[in-house]
Amino acid sequence: MKVYATYNIKGGVGKTTAAVNLAYLSAADGYRTLLWDLDPQGAASFLFRIKPRVKGGGKALIRGTKALDDAIKGTDFENLDLLPADFTYRNMDLLLGGADKKPTRKLAQLLRPLAAEYDNVFLDCPPSISLVSENVMHAADVLLVPLIPTTLSVRTLDQLTEFVAGFHGRQPEVRAFFSMVDRRKRLHQDITAKLLAERPGVAATPIPALSLIERMSVERAPVAAFAPRSQAARAFGALWAELRSDSPS
Amino acid sequence: MTPDLRRFELDGENGGTPDHDPVSAVLGVLGQAFGVVTEHAAPGSGARQRTWLDTFDWRLNRAGLVLEYEHARRGGRLLLSKDGIPQAEQPVSGWRSSRPCLAEDLPPGPVRDQIVRLASPRALLPMAAAAGMVSVTRLLNADGKTVARLIVDRSTVTRGDQAIRLPPRLTVAEVRGYPGQARRAARLLADTPGVFPVQQSTFLEALHAVGRHPDDYSGGVTAEITAQMPASVAVAILLLGLLDTLEQNVDGVLRDIDIEFLHDLRVAVRRTRSAIKLLGDVLPDGLAAPYAAEFKWLGDLTTPTRDLDVHLAGFDAMAAQLVAASPADLEPFRAFLVRRRAREFRRLAAGLRSARFRAITDHWRKALVEVRDAAGPATRRGITADDLAVAKTARMFRRVVAQGGAITPASAPESLHNLRKRCKELRYVLEFFAPLHDPVAYRKVLGDLKQLQDCLGEFQDSQVQREEIHVLADAMLAERAAPAATLLAMGEIVANLARSQAEARADFALRFARFAGPAGQQRFRALLARPYGPGLDRPNRS
Repeated sequence: MKVYATYNIKGGVGKTTAAVNLAYLSAADGYRTLLWDLDPQGAASFLFRIKPRVKGGGKALIRGTKALDDAIKGTDFENLDLLPADFTYRNMDLLLGGADKKPTRKLAQLLRPLAAEYDNVFLDCPPSISLVSENVMHAADVLLVPLIPTTLSVRTLDQLTEFVAGFHGRQPEVRAFFSMVDRRKRLHQDITAKLLAERPGVAATPIPALSLIERMSVERAPVAAFAPRSQAARAFGALWAELRSDSPS
Repeated sequence: MTPDLRRFELDGENGGTPDHDPVSAVLGVLGQAFGVVTEHAAPGSGARQRTWLDTFDWRLNRAGLVLEYEHARRGGRLLLSKDGIPQAEQPVSGWRSSRPCLAEDLPPGPVRDQIVRLASPRALLPMAAAAGMVSVTRLLNADGKTVARLIVDRSTVTRGDQAIRLPPRLTVAEVRGYPGQARRAARLLADTPGVFPVQQSTFLEALHAVGRHPDDYSGGVTAEITAQMPASVAVAILLLGLLDTLEQNVDGVLRDIDIEFLHDLRVAVRRTRSAIKLLGDVLPDGLAAPYAAEFKWLGDLTTPTRDLDVHLAGFDAMAAQLVAASPADLEPFRAFLVRRRAREFRRLAAGLRSARFRAITDHWRKALVEVRDAAGPATRRGITADDLAVAKTARMFRRVVAQGGAITPASAPESLHNLRKRCKELRYVLEFFAPLHDPVAYRKVLGDLKQLQDCLGEFQDSQVQREEIHVLADAMLAERAAPAATLLAMGEIVANLARSQAEARADFALRFARFAGPAGQQRFRALLARPYGPGLDRPNRS
């Protein structure tokens, strides 16, 4: 089982759209895929028309009184399941902090029993730097970091890379990709070119800023499902192909 | 991710007309509670062509397994299930399911792994086939989310020139996390007129539609006889059952599908000969005697091919036992066996296609049917099937005990061969009259006898094989087809066979003591005990 986490300290950078579309493409490739919507806003759950509610809330999941397995819902798509968001996830830091041992590795521990059932797991994380994000970093094999090509975003990526490098033992691979790229903006072009030349961990495929991607919230489906031949679908397809070729699941 | 399935079928009389599609009516009912959307290109939807496979004697079915070949444009896949639960699947390419395929010739894969030991050396044959169309409909909740799926399977089976439409099959598939919605859809279906819970699998429906049923062939004795039936009628029924088995195997032998067809045919012939010899005197005078010679001819006709089949089937195991020689040294011997088998098989096939063979089976059947259908009570000496069973079984048991008891370590091999023949006759008599015995007592006696037969079989088969290898070696030399290394390797095999034979000989005394000792005698008495007194003491009236 390979765990991907879409993460950025900033909000509104395309984490959820990336998680939803990449999970969909993984499932379409035949991988048994789970998407865990960790964001209490529940955007990924909304996009799959699934109610953002877990019986017993985050507390039941973290304390293990409700198995992760029981909270999983099937999406409309073959091979793709979703663990919905719940508003109680807003307190997840507190819940994780209450764990007896290794509070930073609780999520990894919860995911372990799912290895027999899924090939790929995607974690859609809330924007923050907290105990939740640290848990996600320990649980993930690949941290997918959406970057809007601005100077501040680059600085954030540097901070994140440094933070992960400080982990003892296993460290996730940090894979950044450009998100919401506007090719008409000079700054976007410059930063994209510079980072691609200087940083080996940056994906070559940018995800452009397109109204079709925003339309996902109206269609309530991944772009590849409702507009499979669109530029947006092709961009996510190319990004998934890059990620998939990195290493086998 | 495995969905929980709920299965229904539409009334067989309600298969639909051009004006009325019963599935539309079902969708109308579901549409009152769910959004209903056809899912185009859903996994598993579209044209579907299936062939169910088993061995001629239903070995997979008897183990509770169902093997299905699903055709696809490129290749296909084999699906193995037990009680409707998938066990294994594997892709196969370049395999035509309409033709028999030896289980061991399947490409490597999880299905082969699970069935090869069970099915070998038999071939997998198409038992039934269905072609049809599968469509998937999504059932949506108020948010437009898919909460269940309805899978509709419309299949047709072909019987001769006739296409038989099976009742459309409806399956409610649960979407994970929404079990209540699937239950709700299933309840709606259950309450819909003309919709019924599925009673049997599509495989069984397809099989019944072509006029077959599982286990419609068994190599065993399956005659339906009763204790009070006149003995002559019971024997005629037994012999007709054996004739059925014999004739059912002819086509498989002639098409050379697998070696068990010939084996079963030979066993039917042997049983027939034994029945004529041991029970034929209850049939009308002079009826059976001429056929004894004809069935001997038939048995002899099949022997050379069967002997070569046995050599070839055990060849690899035999080669693996070589210590001094290499298995490769034996290859010329294998090639020789294959050539000789082809020659002998041509003779066998000519015999089975001959007018003589047809005359035997046709006339024999006619004569037996007349006896079976003869009106009135017992036609000969007034004895019943049970009288005959008790008398003959007791006599055969006494004979085996007497012959076996006379064998000492110094006895000639011939005495063990003769005892083996008597044991076979006893076994056949037991099997013929099995329905008249207490099942528990029968199993105990048969268990003892089987152990003794195994020992005697090992002893004699080893000797026969040794002698045959000598004869074959001479024939190879005569044809200049015998390299020295091959002859040496054959010599080593002969030595191994001699060792097996000696072991079986050493084992004999113990096996016989178990069979014929006080406990064995007691088990026989229990088997033949009847309300009128202990079977062994009953006067022989046959």
